[in-house]
Amino acid sequence: MIWIVAALAFWAAAWVANIRLANSGAVRTRAGRLAVPAIFGITVLVVWEGLVRGLGVPGVILPPPSVIWAKITTSLPTLWIDFLQTFVKGALSGFAIGCGAAVLTAIAIDRSQFLTRGLLPVGNFVAALPVVGIAPILVQWFGFDWQSKAAVVVAMVFFPVLVNMVAGLQASERMQRDLMATWGASYWQTLVKLRLPAAMPFLFNGLKIASTLALIGAIVAEFFGSPVMGMGFRISTEVGRLGLDMVWAEIAVAALAGSVFYGLIALTERAVTFWHPSQRTK
Amino acid sequence: MMARSGPVLAVLGILLAVWYLAAVGMNAQWERDQAARAGTKVTWAEILPQTMAQARPVVPAPHQVAVALWDGLTAQAVTSKRSLVYHGYITLQATLVGFALGIVMGVALAVGIVQSRAMDLSVMPWAIISQTIPIVALAPMIVVVSGSIGIEGRLIPKGVISAYLSFFPVLVSMVKGLRSPDAMQVDQMATWSASAAQVFWKLRLPASMPYFFASLKVAIAASLVGAIVGELPTGAVEGLGARMLIGSQFGQPLIMWAALFAAALLAGVLILLVGQVERLARARMGVPA
Repeated sequence: MIWIVAALAFWAAAWVANIRLANSGAVRTRAGRLAVPAIFGITVLVVWEGLVRGLGVPGVILPPPSVIWAKITTSLPTLWIDFLQTFVKGALSGFAIGCGAAVLTAIAIDRSQFLTRGLLPVGNFVAALPVVGIAPILVQWFGFDWQSKAAVVVAMVFFPVLVNMVAGLQASERMQRDLMATWGASYWQTLVKLRLPAAMPFLFNGLKIASTLALIGAIVAEFFGSPVMGMGFRISTEVGRLGLDMVWAEIAVAALAGSVFYGLIALTERAVTFWHPSQRTK
Repeated sequence: MMARSGPVLAVLGILLAVWYLAAVGMNAQWERDQAARAGTKVTWAEILPQTMAQARPVVPAPHQVAVALWDGLTAQAVTSKRSLVYHGYITLQATLVGFALGIVMGVALAVGIVQSRAMDLSVMPWAIISQTIPIVALAPMIVVVSGSIGIEGRLIPKGVISAYLSFFPVLVSMVKGLRSPDAMQVDQMATWSASAAQVFWKLRLPASMPYFFASLKVAIAASLVGAIVGELPTGAVEGLGARMLIGSQFGQPLIMWAALFAAALLAGVLILLVGQVERLARARMGVPA
């Protein structure tokens, strides 16, 4: 009982604090902007802990955050092996291959107006399809190890990046291209100095979508067969054994890896497309 | 019409040609192995037709998949466990449950975020982070846990997974839409001494509708992905995702491919339907098509 009351009291206090903060001048500072979401996140964890303990929710339904944290600290080597297998070998290599291939394909296709016009609707449609369904097929082709996971990731990220890159290559204005022509610029000079930079905001849009898809693809592919390591493998076996603390530990690692990956892409975007209106600081 | 469909058909033609080449290339090895085992030699002229008609091909030829898909859709009563219509219906149910849940969640959160500055600052970053968490990591657990707290069947857990994927596009678009009226319009409402509720119902909500309908197309596609992902890892026996799993585990590639294309078909139909609803709504609101 005391746990529930404490949790609810903390919730109320944090709520008041957040409203005060949000309506005060503090949100104009960087610290203030970080503090509000941080308080919200901590509140969720505290309420979770309090309610699970107070209501006596069994650990096979929802373990409290403290138990999950204990599991993370005691099983770091396992988590690290799974992270390497799924994220570094599966997701990252697939992401690099898929996005690289999509960019090159876009540049190749871009020379033909005809193909570009045909590709955009088809690509948009394929990007909306449940491509994860191809996972069992690719696992069958490439075997159980990380190569098949990378292949699933390639299939998932290819079309979103391709569509964005093709659109991006058409983003430079007619006037700008004409100006390059009056300077006697060759196709490649125009491409490197004008059209690729102009395509970058679109490309990063695609890369951001692809970054979340990559991790999904790598994990799903492991449900269809994997060596005895990897995040997807660990999650499906631990769920079967009702070891939910380990499942949550893997989820925490996946969330952290996904967020950091996304953040890195966003930072790179800011550095590369510093000239774009959406990146200018107000 | 021709000018627009021509390039699309050409691209589809190229994809189909690549597919046929892949089928021949990847299936040829098996035919050669068979011939070597029988001690005979085969020529390409013999291999070529055979690669298109294997029972368990590495890559089934497009027409094989088309036949399997057609059989799955029409060869038996739609209530049969072998009918893709039946499995598609199971997946569709979960998709629609998740779609509805996702819309409600997305709109409710967006209204909260637009009305309250504290919610804007505290919820929005976490909504973004929630999408970088791979939902498939949560999927098996959602299914097991909902079973152990006494929820029957798989419809609800699959719907939850779909909602998790589909609420985000709705949320982002609705926040944008509810904030789209410019200062002049808000001032105009103020000169009419409109209350906050009136500004919301008569200005912000109508202004957000185009954004809302645009987000639905993304949301329904995400919702279908969620439903299929919810069927993949959890030992489900019904639904298109389960069909793919069964095809993969029992070495029946044609079942797997037919289910995959049935899912693609379903996605296409759903996106078209939502697009129609969007067009109707836009026409009713007086937006030129």
